[in-house]
Amino acid sequence: MSDQSHTRPAPASAPKGEGFSLLRLLLEGRAFFALIAIVLVFSLLSPNYFTLPNFLIMASQVAIYGLLAIGMLLVILNGGIDLSVGSILALCGVVAGAMMQGVEVKAMGVILYPPVWAVVVLTCALGGLVGAVNGVLVAWFRVPAFVATLGVMYVARGVALLMTNGLTYNNLSGKAELGNTGFNWLGFNRLWGIPISVIVLFTCAMIAWAMLSRSAFGRWLYASGGNERAAELSGVPVRRVKITVYTLSGVLSAIAGLVLSSQLTSAGPTAGTTYELTAIAAVVIGGAALTGGRGTVLGTMLGAFVIGFLSAGLVIVGVSSYWQTVFTGAVIVLAVLMNSIQYGKGARKA
Amino acid sequence: MAGPDAREVVLAARNVAKSYGAVHALKGVNFDIHRGQVTTLFGENGAGKSTLMKILSGVIQPSSGEIILDGQPVTFQNSTHARDLGISIIHQELSLAPNLSVRDNIFMGREIMGPTGVNYAEEEAQVRRLMAGLEEDIDPLTPVEDLRLGQQQIVEIARALSVDSRILIMDEPTSALSASEVEVLFKVINDLTAKGVSIVYISHHLEEALQITDHAVVLRDGTMTAWAPRDQIDLNWIVRNMVGENYDLGAPPSGYEFGKVALSVQNLVLPDPGGNPYNVVDNLSLDVRAGEVVCIYGLMGAGRTELMETLAGRLRAASGRIELEGAGISHLSIAQRIARGLALVPEDRQRDGLVQTMSVGQNLSLASIRAFTRGIFTSRRAEQKLIRDTIRDVTVKTPGGNAPIGSLSGGNQQKVVIGKIMATKPKVILLDEPSRGIDIGAKAEVFRLLAEGAKQGLAVVYTTSEVSECLSIAHRIIVMHKGRISAEFDASASKEMIMAASGEAHAA
Ligand SMILES: Nc1ncnc2c1ncn2[C@@H]1O[C@H](COP(=O)(O)OP(=O)(O)OP(=O)(O)O)[C@@H](O)[C@H]1O
Ligand SMILES: [Mg+2]
Repeated sequence: MSDQSHTRPAPASAPKGEGFSLLRLLLEGRAFFALIAIVLVFSLLSPNYFTLPNFLIMASQVAIYGLLAIGMLLVILNGGIDLSVGSILALCGVVAGAMMQGVEVKAMGVILYPPVWAVVVLTCALGGLVGAVNGVLVAWFRVPAFVATLGVMYVARGVALLMTNGLTYNNLSGKAELGNTGFNWLGFNRLWGIPISVIVLFTCAMIAWAMLSRSAFGRWLYASGGNERAAELSGVPVRRVKITVYTLSGVLSAIAGLVLSSQLTSAGPTAGTTYELTAIAAVVIGGAALTGGRGTVLGTMLGAFVIGFLSAGLVIVGVSSYWQTVFTGAVIVLAVLMNSIQYGKGARKA
Repeated sequence: MAGPDAREVVLAARNVAKSYGAVHALKGVNFDIHRGQVTTLFGENGAGKSTLMKILSGVIQPSSGEIILDGQPVTFQNSTHARDLGISIIHQELSLAPNLSVRDNIFMGREIMGPTGVNYAEEEAQVRRLMAGLEEDIDPLTPVEDLRLGQQQIVEIARALSVDSRILIMDEPTSALSASEVEVLFKVINDLTAKGVSIVYISHHLEEALQITDHAVVLRDGTMTAWAPRDQIDLNWIVRNMVGENYDLGAPPSGYEFGKVALSVQNLVLPDPGGNPYNVVDNLSLDVRAGEVVCIYGLMGAGRTELMETLAGRLRAASGRIELEGAGISHLSIAQRIARGLALVPEDRQRDGLVQTMSVGQNLSLASIRAFTRGIFTSRRAEQKLIRDTIRDVTVKTPGGNAPIGSLSGGNQQKVVIGKIMATKPKVILLDEPSRGIDIGAKAEVFRLLAEGAKQGLAVVYTTSEVSECLSIAHRIIVMHKGRISAEFDASASKEMIMAASGEAHAA
């Protein structure tokens, strides 16, 4: 009488369980399935869509967003946000453009023409520096990431405008006799038939993937984004991690700036306006949580391609740009909705 | 009392089962709650106690089985529905909003409305009455994040009490409370049962729970293994039914000489982090030798947690010196201290111990990730081995290292935090309430682990609010009172001596 328990077999939930796991697969691979759906739909709607040249063109456009999105992913994994990437992109493009025009050294009365590799290195360093400013503001001065990067967004854009007086550098090709040709290589050349920009994106994505999944730094990043206090008590250098992710985001913005101005063969101070939002959208569509600690490079890449292929497809089938905006917005909302379905379970509180 | 009288049963579970995928947390359990009585629920970590309580309070739905309220089958839509039917629950893991005040937390979702919006004055008055009833001095307007863990637990209790429910479920309500606060809580519980309120009480502090129990139920691996009224049970009965064997918290490890002084604290002063004009750690000095086990006993607010956090590097002391194996470490970061061999198991596992977005394995390896980094990449093999070994050493009940940390029972999460720190192979280990929420078997296991480490030369410092835990493996017992060391005993001290030195005699 003291033991009234009946051991009953587990409820017959097996078939239900299977259906559930199929749903899970669809949910977890949603960015991938969305990409396939987009390609299928537009291939049916337009004969020009499903062709290799078109894919390569679309991919080289995606490269810009993709590079920004990798940096944004790192910041978002850390529980932050970086609104300044579009402005850093423009500032770095403009600075690279200025260097291609020659740097006048007043004291010596000469004009220096740095070779392209030096321009690339200096530009990346500048991007990293601006990113580090974000990082220091957030990590040391405890300015909320949203506010800190919003401020840097305005400052960087303003400096770019001041430097050029609002104008655009149109000649970036350099001169053979000055030894600074080759800037257009980034945007126009191909290696084994693949645009350089796509190769750059792929390389950066691979490095980021290796860093996140295999290095101690990657684990630190996930940990400090998931629970900063616990990470700190486990010996994670949370401030250093923070500064590093903002710096890397700045460097990636600089690379994107170089690729973009090379593709456009011009560098203007208004380039990349609102690109930060596209990058955030790519990260979110890729399944990362804006609260930090969750997200992958693969997902983010898929997210970038979803946005890029969708908007390119809409252009090809001739949908008006107003509708494009509506569609893009709808996709983002849908993605966030699915994120909250995936992560929201169990968050229900009494 | 011959057996459960069916008419007295207010809420019952009939054949309730709950599965999470392949994990069967409950396998067909019958459980009765009697009017105006305290039913205590015992069981190992992961036995399914919290799961059953969540089902009875509408937080989760059973996979199968029935819930019967006042003789009628019911289905709770959610916990609000259950609350409206008079059932409320104090969760094992705190569920407070840290940024909100005590008052706002207590009335969250049930704000008292006046003609011009929320009637804050009335809410505040009610909170003051609740706190007075619990003999606590907590201001209703303090943000919850500024409270100590034990005080947060009091707020959680006050919130459940404020509902005026007929059935009150308490899932380890006292894990962060000191003995005198537990006594107050028991007084409150007695008042409630006198008024006809039914209570379910879960605790791993068995002696304590025995004081108030009317019926005891033991769960084991998702099935009910025993039921008995108060007059038929004692400590042995519980332990026998819970783990099937006897347990022993151990004795101070012996048969070896202590080494050199491993941790030395000199004249440490830490002002109150909240800005009050007193020191939470007040000119404290302490030496711990390699191989020595030291227990720090004290009431809530004695400054134990603050002392531990200062030693670990989370808080900065205003003055004083901390030495690890003779070298000053006050200027070092937490990471550097861990690398030198000083690590802390924090008190609040949710806030300071675990990263909820990561798996069990990733949590276990987090603090020692440097140890298995070769070049720039981590070695998967070394990490997997460390995870497997730690899961075995601290006996974490989990399907594997890849399980999400949130799927573990509370006690097993605690073991993960301890395992994570043990995996860094420290020379000095600090543990702030390490037994919080773990069952007697696991407690004995943890103490055995620490004692074994001590034999190898590990210096162990742990805090506890349970005197019996001080009198287990500690060579030396230090009593803290208002930031100072008020007394020091060796292992032969008695419970009464220790409690008197902590100031408990006055409080009780
Ligand atoms: N959301 C979940 N997903 C998967 N498994 C779960 C989940 N919640 C609980 N479990 C499993 O159910 C079992 C019972 O857990 P429960 O929390 O009820 O234990 P408990 O008796 O309260 O233990 P403790 O004393 O440690 O609090 C455990 O094996 C646990 O891992
Ligand atoms: Mg529990």
